[in-house]
Amino acid sequence: MNKSYIITGLVIFVLAVLSPFWFNMITDTQAAPEPELLGKAKTEKKCVLEKYEMRANHMSLLDEWRDSVVRNADRQYKAANGHSFNMSLSTGENSCLGCHEDKAKFCDSCHTYASVDPYCWECHTNPKEIE
Amino acid sequence: MMKKSRRSFLKVAGIAAVGLGAAPAMNFAASDLSGPVKSRNEDGLSAHRWGMVIDTNKITDEVVESIVEACHKAHNVPDFNHEVNEEKFPNTRPVNHKQEVKWIWEEEFHYAFPDKEDEFLAEKFHDLPFLVTCNHCKNAPCVKACPTQATFKREDGIVLMDYHRCIGCRFCMAACPYGSRNFNFRDPRPFIEETVPDFPTRSKGVVEKCNLCAERLAKGEQPHCVEASEGAIVVGDLEDPESEVRALLNEHYTIRRKQSLGTEPSVYYVM
Repeated sequence: MNKSYIITGLVIFVLAVLSPFWFNMITDTQAAPEPELLGKAKTEKKCVLEKYEMRANHMSLLDEWRDSVVRNADRQYKAANGHSFNMSLSTGENSCLGCHEDKAKFCDSCHTYASVDPYCWECHTNPKEIE
Repeated sequence: MMKKSRRSFLKVAGIAAVGLGAAPAMNFAASDLSGPVKSRNEDGLSAHRWGMVIDTNKITDEVVESIVEACHKAHNVPDFNHEVNEEKFPNTRPVNHKQEVKWIWEEEFHYAFPDKEDEFLAEKFHDLPFLVTCNHCKNAPCVKACPTQATFKREDGIVLMDYHRCIGCRFCMAACPYGSRNFNFRDPRPFIEETVPDFPTRSKGVVEKCNLCAERLAKGEQPHCVEASEGAIVVGDLEDPESEVRALLNEHYTIRRKQSLGTEPSVYYVM
């Protein structure tokens, strides 16, 4: 008699433990969005770091830039690949948003997908959004 | 059993030691060539200690107005008298006017210089508008009070804020004897008439103050107040005996605010 209880219990347990897999089987999974390169970023083909390094480490780079600009007043960044950049998130031609013009398709698409909510834009402004 | 002479052992050990040292040395040489380099803007202005001289004789109400407007506009300083755009910012709660934010503003003589009050003070000082702002003190008490080093003194004497780091404790506001700091009790954005894209806004919960236009000095431009002042304000290097500010200090009698406190303000007033 105990045997049947144990087996039913085990079956329920296994079903419950694997529930994320069942859930994924019945719902559509979305592939991670690709950040879209538009406008200047599409033609320039030169970023501060290599594509995959940028994807993985852009936040550390921004952190480093912020300290450099605010604390040391160093505002020019000559990258290892020889290109020079203005260390700024959103001001001027040679800044991040100066090249990656569409914040919604470049920053937000991935951040939303990954449920990341950086507070950059509480202070920094997207020049395209200001009327 | 293998036999090894002392001599051959030392030879091998020596070669191995050279080999061990070679890899780091080569890496170092290679990294030196390709690493990223951070530098100042080539055309930026620099000083050993930035200071400001305000000629009170040239300051009129109109000049004050244009200076304050130029500064506040360029730095996205909120104006709580600005009518909120209801469509863009719905449900904005009513304004408490005690929570104003200002970087540079007009002050009466007896508030700006309480230690210089005199029973028979020259009449004109009672009506003159005095422009006051952050003094970028040499011994800045706000810098000492800040627990997170969000407020810090840059090498060139500017007392700057890293808004990313400000936790809104307001110790600096208590420490500043000049009232040069204001706290953002609320999101300032609804009260910015026209957001300038060249400078960030602030967010709720941080303190803010004048930055001596560090972003403009870095581009080789004079601060906004200097440009709007029609010659009444001069900004320059206090430590350079050849500078314009030093020439002015040499020629005129100048005073500083609350000098007795020992904060060594860098803003001088020509009387």
